[in-house]
Amino acid sequence: MLHRFANPTRFLRIASIAQPWIAWATILLAGTGLYLGLFNSPADYQQGESVRIMYVHVPAAWMAMFCYTSMAIAAGIGLIWKHPLADIAAKATAPVGACFTFLALFTGSLWGKPMWGTWWVWDARLTSMLVLLFLYLGYIALINAFDDPARGTKSSSILVLVGLINVPIIKFSVDWWNTLHQPASVLRMDGPSIDESMLWPLLLMALAFKTYYIWVLLVRIRAEIISNKIRILRLRQVHG
Amino acid sequence: MNGFMTVLKRDLHLAIRQGIDSMTVVMFFVLIVIIFPFGVGPEPNILARVASGVIWVAALLASTLSLERLFQIDYEDGSLELLSLSSVALEVIVLAKVTAHWLTTGLPLIITAPLLAVLLNMNKEGLLVLILALVVGTPSLSLVGAVGAALILGARRGGVLLALIILPLYLPVLIFGVSAVDAIINGFEAKAQLLILGAFFLAALPLCTWAAATSIKQAIE
Repeated sequence: MLHRFANPTRFLRIASIAQPWIAWATILLAGTGLYLGLFNSPADYQQGESVRIMYVHVPAAWMAMFCYTSMAIAAGIGLIWKHPLADIAAKATAPVGACFTFLALFTGSLWGKPMWGTWWVWDARLTSMLVLLFLYLGYIALINAFDDPARGTKSSSILVLVGLINVPIIKFSVDWWNTLHQPASVLRMDGPSIDESMLWPLLLMALAFKTYYIWVLLVRIRAEIISNKIRILRLRQVHG
Repeated sequence: MNGFMTVLKRDLHLAIRQGIDSMTVVMFFVLIVIIFPFGVGPEPNILARVASGVIWVAALLASTLSLERLFQIDYEDGSLELLSLSSVALEVIVLAKVTAHWLTTGLPLIITAPLLAVLLNMNKEGLLVLILALVVGTPSLSLVGAVGAALILGARRGGVLLALIILPLYLPVLIFGVSAVDAIINGFEAKAQLLILGAFFLAALPLCTWAAATSIKQAIE
């Protein structure tokens, strides 16, 4: 199964077929989600209209964590099975994940000003997101710091795996340090605690963010494979 | 065990012969702490409030500063490659080098810390817990830092890069190190925080040794 898709040429063929479908799915999902969220859902009885920031903030925060986990899984596969596509996927995920993390922090800050009366608090969730952003940035800096791209990929794969073990510990210690952010209200054992009229646009937006991620990931992986090919051709020209 | 002692002795010899290296780290540590009163003002109660945090942050920075050279010199002159070819497992060599690093930088920091605590007006109970926390916490710093030092082998701008990838990972040690001292100063027990620091060390011991050895392997292959 793994080796069937290990072939970059086969991947490129499948990706070029899948990409327009995923792009359209993203546009449709984001369009419906934004319409429902911005025009067709009630304002919160406490938070008023500013609750609509949630439809961007919460999916971005979910994606920030999702991207880090998928990056770690891809890096692990790349290290263990020397799977070239997995390495490329990990590398391609990092900037997307960093952007989602930044988006979550930024919208959270905009939301915090009217709700808590401040742009930033050193609260556990905010702080752990900030640390996550720096883990992403450290990864991107490390992967680009080597003259030999293969070295950069391996080094940064180890870094992501070390980070993956450390992220829960950081999360736990930061939680212990200070907590103000509201607890999770969607992913709970006894069902979501928010109203259906808000839950639907939120879930649509979450799906839209996910398909957007896959879309960008496909584009980036294709670009990476092509640039690798160009580099190899150039090297061959030089040596030939 | 023999290989461990040999590498440890070699690194300690090198550190003592060169001498200046571990002294620089201690001076850097002292200087950061001394600079703080100029920044936040000399009022004794403010200084006492931030003392544990300042000392911990200074210890983190000092340890990051010294870590860059942990494997770099041996990597550049090729002795790391020779060491990896020996019959001793690379993990053992890493552990020996980390121990040597802690003995030449962590330990001097712990010895200097009481002096700085006095300068920052920290009380006696706080000082005792601070020393305990540093004793349990700084080995973790050396271990986690060793992974970073191994990852940046052969990279451009190694030093700054090392700080960027290592400082976020140091966060748990910093949080529990500082809160142990804060707890005892405010009249609570500090046992829980110290135990968590110990747990972090015990988890870092195998994981970081292994991760650092893996990174070195792929750096010299």
